[in-house]
Amino acid sequence: MAEFLSAFSWINIRFLLMGLWVTIEVAVVSVILSFIIGSLLGVIRYVKIPYLSRIVGFIIDVIRNLPLLLIIFFTYFALPKIGIHLGVMTSTIFALTIFESAMLAEVIRSGIVAVPKGQLEGALSNGLSFKQALWHIILPQAYKKMIPPIVSQFVSLIKDTSLATIIMLPEVTYRAQIIYAQEPNAIVAMFFALAVLYFALNYVISKIGRILDRRMAA
Amino acid sequence: MLSLFQTHAHDFLTGFGWTIASSVLALIGSLILGTVFALMEVVPNKAANIIGRIYIEVLRNIPLLVITMFFYVVIANVVKISGFAAGTLGLTLYTSAFIAETVRAGINAVPNGQLEGALSNGLSWWQGMRYVVLPQAFKLVIPPLGNQFINLIKNSSVLAFVAGMDLMYQANMISQETFDTFGPFIIVAIFYLILTMPMSYYMRYLENKLNKEG
Amino acid sequence: MSRKFKRTWRAVLAGAAVALLAGSVVATPVHASDKKNEAYNRIMKSDKMVWGVKGDTKLMGLMNIKTGKLEGFDVDMAKQITKRVNPKAKVELTQITSGTRIPMLLNGNIDAIIATMSITPDREKVVDFSKPYFNAGQAILVKKGSGIKDIYDLNKPGARILAVAGSTSAVVVKKFAPKAKVVALSDYATALTALKAGQGDALTTDNGILYGMAAGSKSLEVVGGPFTKEPYGVAMDENNPKLVKAVNKAIDDIKSDGTYAKLAKKWFAGVKGMDWKELAK
Repeated sequence: MAEFLSAFSWINIRFLLMGLWVTIEVAVVSVILSFIIGSLLGVIRYVKIPYLSRIVGFIIDVIRNLPLLLIIFFTYFALPKIGIHLGVMTSTIFALTIFESAMLAEVIRSGIVAVPKGQLEGALSNGLSFKQALWHIILPQAYKKMIPPIVSQFVSLIKDTSLATIIMLPEVTYRAQIIYAQEPNAIVAMFFALAVLYFALNYVISKIGRILDRRMAA
Repeated sequence: MLSLFQTHAHDFLTGFGWTIASSVLALIGSLILGTVFALMEVVPNKAANIIGRIYIEVLRNIPLLVITMFFYVVIANVVKISGFAAGTLGLTLYTSAFIAETVRAGINAVPNGQLEGALSNGLSWWQGMRYVVLPQAFKLVIPPLGNQFINLIKNSSVLAFVAGMDLMYQANMISQETFDTFGPFIIVAIFYLILTMPMSYYMRYLENKLNKEG
Repeated sequence: MSRKFKRTWRAVLAGAAVALLAGSVVATPVHASDKKNEAYNRIMKSDKMVWGVKGDTKLMGLMNIKTGKLEGFDVDMAKQITKRVNPKAKVELTQITSGTRIPMLLNGNIDAIIATMSITPDREKVVDFSKPYFNAGQAILVKKGSGIKDIYDLNKPGARILAVAGSTSAVVVKKFAPKAKVVALSDYATALTALKAGQGDALTTDNGILYGMAAGSKSLEVVGGPFTKEPYGVAMDENNPKLVKAVNKAIDDIKSDGTYAKLAKKWFAGVKGMDWKELAK
């Protein structure tokens, strides 16, 4: 027990918290980017533009069906081949954004589909253009319904950031590994710390999501 | 790319085999565990409800990698456990939390009257669940369960972190041996898609069918 | 659907197609950089030298938990070499693993690698090495009281040897213990923890790294001495003769002006089983 407690020195905790900050930074930037790109892709898939929607749909399906770890490897090793040099952090954000955009595109498409057809028809017959109807009538309603799945995607993102330890992103899981490799007695304590940190972060996010959802529904 | 596959066919196929083995084992395990914890959440017993809730919330909110590494480097101090086993166990526990959520949603979707009817007909709570509610619940949640299985296959790549011999591990090994950072990953991507794509399209078909029926 | 909307998307489609096409043209496999002395010119022009170093290897390249900074013999060598290649250049350190370092170098993410990297004929095919700067040899690390005396004790079915993916040790060990199973993990931190957890009977890599691990953990020991000779070198992208020449000259200077002995003493003087004076010769 003394061993367990002594692992929680301020030095170790600070080292981990610095990693947690990297985790949060990467996840927040990725979720914002994925939300924008995912919305665009989801709309493209929904509006059925000849060829484009099909191509986009197929690409989304391929990305959704691949392991994220594979996409992380790809962006880190393959992108530089076409002259794009990214640091570890940017590269992770890039990979997460590609993956999450594809996941969110599906969420958004099904969110749009769930808005009753009559709404669109009504808007169009009232003289709004398709784009206006989409932007002012359909999307706001769709987004309201999408809060729970979007929040759960955000939680996934926080967890998925840990996979970037494979390319040495100094996030919280990687830092815990560094600590217990140097202080073997701290290993159980480090796993405990990881569990607590991730749980607390994700639990808070889920709770906020639930509150938002209730507000929107009311 | 073809020649890379030919020279390393054995490695790729071995990885493919281990990925399938791990996914199937974890699917069976997580279906059982997930159903058990879903039942714990709905059983009329406060203590069981709380335990079920904690299990699900904890495992859902911790990265799969952390759970897997825990088995590989901590539990291994107590019980001997290989990388493959650690990875598969991690996958099982992690996925079981999501399956529990899915199954519970299914149970809740079955009208309450069904269970009440069963109870008034003299069945016990367990019998009512077993013979009346669960069969209907499972039917409702087949598409989301299928999606969970697709996630499970993708997540099995976590085995690469613990030398679990799976597709990702093999790709990494081959890439380091050949200094080719492109080919091996493209080839395993195709292997993953062979497993996940057809299932994903089938699940979408089922969902559409259910939506139309409903 | 409105006309205007359609037109917008057509433009997007066209743009995407062009981008894809451009991407695939540039994506033809480029092995080494085609431009001569690209890395060297980059270092001179930007006054910045980007090194790939280890972050999980005690004594050579390790992330300090207190400061978050990387430190070790390799890290100090990187600083000394940079100073001599371009006195104005800032040292930038990027953490790499045995598995990620060569792709990162070939892709131009880093200018040079100094990360416990042995000079081997296989690697010589894809990168250029400096002259050796550190005499390393492969050895094994075991739990005390395991009864394993050397690598040959591990040459039996059922024996599991831990190694790090992308290291020469993972390949070479198969020649010395063909009957054993090699378990390759992504980095030394994981491999070391795995050894302690009993995921393997021994951990193999260069003695320099192993001594650092043994120094940090009382229950482990290096046994049998090195069974290969695999000196470390600085790796650079091919087609950079100017950089190779400058780095070689820097290594010579570091050795002749006493800096090398100072660094060897700083990092290895207290390490049991390692003779820093022998190293500094």
